[in-house]
Amino acid sequence: MDIKRVKDYIYWLYYQYLLISCSYVLEPWEQSMFHTITVTVFAMVVYTAYVFVPIHVRLAFEFFSQIFGGQPDSTV
Amino acid sequence: LNHVVHNGGLYKRPFNEAFEETPMLVAVLTYVGYGVLTLFGYLRDFMRQWKIEKCQNATEREEQKDFVPLYQDFENFYNRNLYMRIRDSWNRPICSVPGAKVDMMERVSHDYNWTFTYTGKVLKGIINMGSYNYLGFAQKAGTCQEAAAKVLSQYGAGVCSTRQEMGNLDKHEELEKLVARFLGVESAMAYGMGFATNSMNIPALVGKGCLILSDELNHASLVLGARLSGATIRIFKHNNMQSLEKLLKDAIVHGQPRTRRPWKKILILVEGIYSMEGSIVRLPEVIALKKKYKSYLYLDEAHSIGALGPSGRGVVEYFGLNPEDVDVMMGTFTKSFGAAGGYIGGKKELIDYLRTYSHSAVYATSLSPPVVEQIITSMKCIMGEDGTTVGKARVQQLAENTRYFRRRLKEMGFIIYGNEDSPVVPLMLYMPAKIGAFGREMLKRNIGVVVVGFPATPIIESRARFCLSAAHTKEMLDTALKEINDVGDLLQLKYSRHRLVPNLDRPFDETTYEETED
Repeated sequence: MDIKRVKDYIYWLYYQYLLISCSYVLEPWEQSMFHTITVTVFAMVVYTAYVFVPIHVRLAFEFFSQIFGGQPDSTV
Repeated sequence: LNHVVHNGGLYKRPFNEAFEETPMLVAVLTYVGYGVLTLFGYLRDFMRQWKIEKCQNATEREEQKDFVPLYQDFENFYNRNLYMRIRDSWNRPICSVPGAKVDMMERVSHDYNWTFTYTGKVLKGIINMGSYNYLGFAQKAGTCQEAAAKVLSQYGAGVCSTRQEMGNLDKHEELEKLVARFLGVESAMAYGMGFATNSMNIPALVGKGCLILSDELNHASLVLGARLSGATIRIFKHNNMQSLEKLLKDAIVHGQPRTRRPWKKILILVEGIYSMEGSIVRLPEVIALKKKYKSYLYLDEAHSIGALGPSGRGVVEYFGLNPEDVDVMMGTFTKSFGAAGGYIGGKKELIDYLRTYSHSAVYATSLSPPVVEQIITSMKCIMGEDGTTVGKARVQQLAENTRYFRRRLKEMGFIIYGNEDSPVVPLMLYMPAKIGAFGREMLKRNIGVVVVGFPATPIIESRARFCLSAAHTKEMLDTALKEINDVGDLLQLKYSRHRLVPNLDRPFDETTYEETED
């Protein structure tokens, strides 16, 4: 029973995605093309975030802690 | 955010009109949706041009390929690539009288709405929320129908002539006297077609050297009539009296563009109820401005006659004004009277002039006799002259239905445009895919609605328009509201954040507070 509810909810989310992106009105082959492009772009965004965001966050944290902390990591 | 306007006590009752702002996220997503559709439209046009796909829409013939292209503008692009995809929500053939419930022929399309085939099945008892049947006179049984059948057997159906030649029946004279009495004007004239009443009579009233001040959202018939007349047209913002006053002042002060001569006539074109917005014209202010600047007023009561006012006499009675203040009162018999045709009412000299100079009177066939009898019977019913209180009961039922329906929809959280008292209820959809989805889902649940998109509305403000009727019972409205609620949840249409900007007209010194009506 729960599985059915979860499946219905996921289907409803998919329906909202179809409505908002207007792929609801497209023909099936156009829909496949659009889904492929969307999934590709989304995958690229996720991959870029995974690769770059932690490094940038760590560098920004070090930069700000240098300013406010004041104790330099002295080069000895 | 309460907007209070001090109007010098012109309004005898509260004027509650609200147009909630489009939520930013919704507007952005709508543009994204249109962007996707435009890209796919270009792709399909490319494929059609390079013959990868068969071209099924109108194109120029081979011999005309070197001429100026006929089908290249945005409207045709939009038509080919969006309208065709969701076309099954429009032009649905009905096969019964369009009363509170209607029968529709079922149709399917196997090639994505380029062609339709009928399955042969008839969908019966669909609740009709789309017909302009405000007082419920679209009936196939009852006093109106019997009277019309009697006249049909007496006069036949065709008139075969224009009013000026041999088409002036005694029925037409009787109708015109009745219309004049109904409206409270000196004289009236009836024409065969409502659209033609506007487009053919405005050119007879104004010409070159005159100025027309027309509302932004006027109907196509008024726009066409204004353009055909050859007068200068200036547009004022929808229902915005400051904009109208500014235009009037400029017109009086500066006169005609090059010669600075005074304008021969200034005509203000407004409608009683604007059917796409559901808003009611601010008539007391328009009449005050008209008197101050000595211009003429042309009021198109197509949707408001019969639907507003305590006894159904239209927007003039709704505001408690004098019908003699409006110079030209125009209306149609199509909406509240269940017939066809239009009328113009006003002073006797004006109507006598129009009898000779109106294009519609001289060239168009006059009204058909059974239609005239339908109008006469329904008008007498509304006035109460047939001895029953059916007319009054209908007018009151419509007002109650309007208030109930609008209140319930607002409570559910939809964005509804327009005035509290207007029987036309636009429900905002915004996204193009939801236009098609709403129409189809409502039909699945046995409710027929009219959805409107570009070009009848601005491109992001597409809407579903409900027209209430006195023939709708409370049970029908409750069923419809329940289904609208379900579809609203399914399609996520409940955009309202209750940030209404109601235009409550009260003097400054009174405090404004939330009005709750029960």
